[in-house]
Amino acid sequence: MLDLRPYRMPAAGSQPDYLSPAYGSTVKRSPSQALILLPQSLSELTGPVFGHERVAPNDADLTRQHAGEPIGERILVAGRVLDEDGKAVPHTLIELWQANAAGRYQHKNDQHQAPLDSNFTGTGRTITDAEGNYRFTTIRPGAYPWRNHPNAWRPAHIHFSLFGQAFATRLVTQMYFPGDPLLEFDPIYNSVPDERARQRMISQFALDLTEPDFALGFRFDIILRGRHATPMEK
Amino acid sequence: MSTGYTPSQTVGPYLHIGLDWLNTTELVTSDSAGERCIIQGQLRDADGLPIPDGMLEIWQANSHGKYAHPLDNRDLPIEKSFTGFGRTPTDANGRFRFSTIKPGRVPAANGTLQAPHILVAIFARGLIKQLVTRIYFPGDDHAADQVMLQVPVERRATLIANVVEGQSGVLEWNVAIGGGVHETVFFEL
Repeated sequence: MLDLRPYRMPAAGSQPDYLSPAYGSTVKRSPSQALILLPQSLSELTGPVFGHERVAPNDADLTRQHAGEPIGERILVAGRVLDEDGKAVPHTLIELWQANAAGRYQHKNDQHQAPLDSNFTGTGRTITDAEGNYRFTTIRPGAYPWRNHPNAWRPAHIHFSLFGQAFATRLVTQMYFPGDPLLEFDPIYNSVPDERARQRMISQFALDLTEPDFALGFRFDIILRGRHATPMEK
Repeated sequence: MSTGYTPSQTVGPYLHIGLDWLNTTELVTSDSAGERCIIQGQLRDADGLPIPDGMLEIWQANSHGKYAHPLDNRDLPIEKSFTGFGRTPTDANGRFRFSTIKPGRVPAANGTLQAPHILVAIFARGLIKQLVTRIYFPGDDHAADQVMLQVPVERRATLIANVVEGQSGVLEWNVAIGGGVHETVFFEL
């Protein structure tokens, strides 16, 4: 028998709307017609599987991908990938990318007047262990200006891309830092209506993750969609 | 306790540095069975302008209708080298292209057989969460497909790739985000 229990729909306000006019780029890039509810089939309940052979150990340490160490505040970002029922999501790929300590991406289109760092590419990847744990070593990214509105600045953030166990659980998000005064003014962060849902994107400083004489630790647990307990016809 | 999953956020304009390593536009390997095809198209915004900083991911069954995933425990041939996953950024003209095989039929939620289809997730700056759609193939019977039946008749053509005249095995399938009546059908799943 195929286990065809579908994934649950998000609670109202817990996910952003496509059209979030304060984030100007959504205006021409959001659907104008209502989405059509798709009865989840085997197609959506499966998804790509990536094995450990796809990642190298150094892929999770963004401070050791070049000849020297990058400039900036070294940090550890670690946590668990769980589903909405608190169950670990094991052996799933996480992709990560971010700006350097000066707030500049190693990308040809980023023309921010801040220095590049030849020792920092700002990309990483890893696969969660059997308990859903992951861990990256990186440097704390800088805030940077963008042209969304006058004097617009993105709060420091790290992009995370996850697959989970199905096409339906695919998630790209951004991890923010606790106490960042820019969060209040950021239309991307604030595109999520529900405040408690927004706070799920903020990592927590964690003394227990902090390594003495080495790096501050930030905990960031990532919750992926959970499935209905029983098969149902929507 | 607060329930819900971590909110989605846009990939932003610099997605390539984190995601290009996994680009996969050639899904076919020498031992893939089935009918080969090229699927190409353009990603456009509400003004009909190309989106040059987007990314598409596809997910599909092999030609036997089998997904390379542990949940699919049906007794059908699996091809080790055919993963069913593709990813590509759009180019400067918003265009994309995959080389793959036409998937076999797989069951729908209600147990009927779906018409052959490929799942698509679209990411871009300005998309706070991915858009989900499907590619169907020309010449198939779509009338009994459970997903197609949810779609108003006049919008179904946006989900069906078109034969490119004079180019054997090449299909054109474009994505229009916004823009009203000609918009591609997107799904909530």
